[in-house]
Amino acid sequence: MSTRRIHAWPVRLTHWLNAFGMFCMISSGWGIYNASPLFAFHFPTWSTLGGWLGGSIAWHLAVMWLLVINALAYLLYGALSRHFARDLLPLSVSAVRRDLFAALRLKLQHRLGHYNAVQRLSYWLVLALGVLVVLSGLAIWKPVQLHGLASLFGGFDIARYVHFFAMAGIAAFIVLHLTLVLLVPSTLPPMITGGRRETSHE
Amino acid sequence: MSERKKAPPKLEPAQQTQVVNLQRRLLLRSGLSLGALAMLGGCNLQDGDQVDKLLWSMSRWNDRVQAWLFSGQRLAQTYTATQITDPFPFNAFYAEYNVPEIDLDGYRLEVSGLVERKQPWTLQALRQLPQRSDITRLICIEGWSAIGQWGGVPLRTFLERIGADTTAKYVGFKCADRYYSYLDMPTALHPQTLLALDFGQVALPPDYGYPLRVRVPTKLGFKNPKHIVELFVSNQNPGGYWEDQGYNGFSGI
Ligand code: HEM
Repeated sequence: MSTRRIHAWPVRLTHWLNAFGMFCMISSGWGIYNASPLFAFHFPTWSTLGGWLGGSIAWHLAVMWLLVINALAYLLYGALSRHFARDLLPLSVSAVRRDLFAALRLKLQHRLGHYNAVQRLSYWLVLALGVLVVLSGLAIWKPVQLHGLASLFGGFDIARYVHFFAMAGIAAFIVLHLTLVLLVPSTLPPMITGGRRETSHE
Repeated sequence: MSERKKAPPKLEPAQQTQVVNLQRRLLLRSGLSLGALAMLGGCNLQDGDQVDKLLWSMSRWNDRVQAWLFSGQRLAQTYTATQITDPFPFNAFYAEYNVPEIDLDGYRLEVSGLVERKQPWTLQALRQLPQRSDITRLICIEGWSAIGQWGGVPLRTFLERIGADTTAKYVGFKCADRYYSYLDMPTALHPQTLLALDFGQVALPPDYGYPLRVRVPTKLGFKNPKHIVELFVSNQNPGGYWEDQGYNGFSGI
């Protein structure tokens, strides 16, 4: 009974669908942003998806379904299978501090199948940002029909900023996330194939 | 729509016009940027036609979801006169100097389709119908928004006067500037949906769609056609200037 995989297949499937969905959402979102920028910069056209405003919006409002349904499936699985309780918890300030300092001194050992405290924290943060980006997105998509939600964000115009900064937070996570995968490439194959744990208990 | 020069900074979709013209018919298909192509290169979705079809059918799915979400009773938030955006941004699919010229004395609103009374309407006759005025937020598909006051005949009142079949699916509009668009019937019957004659305290100025425009605060800006010269009721989706190029048809907010 000890053939537990490092990553269960529902986690892998939702992870890669999410990665595809996030790249579509962020790049089409940048295209939409460019039509009426909130700040004094544009995103370079090559980094946007859709080609023109109508195309970017079509992508954004199509892929949002994949992203949200996939995220709900992941959250449901994570809660019911106890994946969250087992792999993303416990989490404490002292553990984060310990692992962070160890990582900065390049002394943090990566054990396959075990997330360190910094990883756990960053996963919880990106999940929270995911919730925020979806809720603020709904608020700017339907400020009249979902008026209560839009007011929660301080109205349409402020919800646009919230949506932008949630995206920026997710983008920062992705940069960090990909950097860590580059630094510890051995984590990548198990995220694709599932891998095998060396020991039976975790 | 041919050679158009630089337009004022906050033009709505006008900035997109040239790109759009190049891509007319190719629509969303050619809308893949280099980065996106590189990214999708590894997937089967690479074929432009298939991607395009998928995006269009998702857009029709979004039409259905939005129609389901839409409440005929829920009113858009209204604002006070001090919150009005001044100056109000001009926007059209062309630059300001191309705003159509309209002879107000000769102006008639034509009425056709599934209606009992098809006589054309003068502006005076429209002003004699019950009027309503709201200060609401216009939200552009580009993301910016502005608050303004529009007054005129509730579209519901007008549809009742002309004996429109309000069980039909769509109300279509044709404009003096070759723009065209449509509303779904539930939105057309919403209490804040107006055939607007006034902007603020004055009759609609040319830049803001004189002499008659649709003002519908439960839709994005491009669903508020200006300079309308014909209204028709139909069960066939009439399409629209932007809708036919790929903007979502329902575009409710
Ligand atoms: C091509 C891009 C990506 C690659 C190569 C990648 C790679 C990985 C790898 C290797 C792991 C396992 C880490 C370990 O075992 O220590 C992982 C986990 C994770 N990644 Fe990514 N990732 C990508 C994109 C994303 C994006 C865009 C997000 C979210 C915005 C994301 C969120 C997560 C989360 C939440 C986990 C933990 C999953 C769990 O166990 O429940 N990843 N990723």
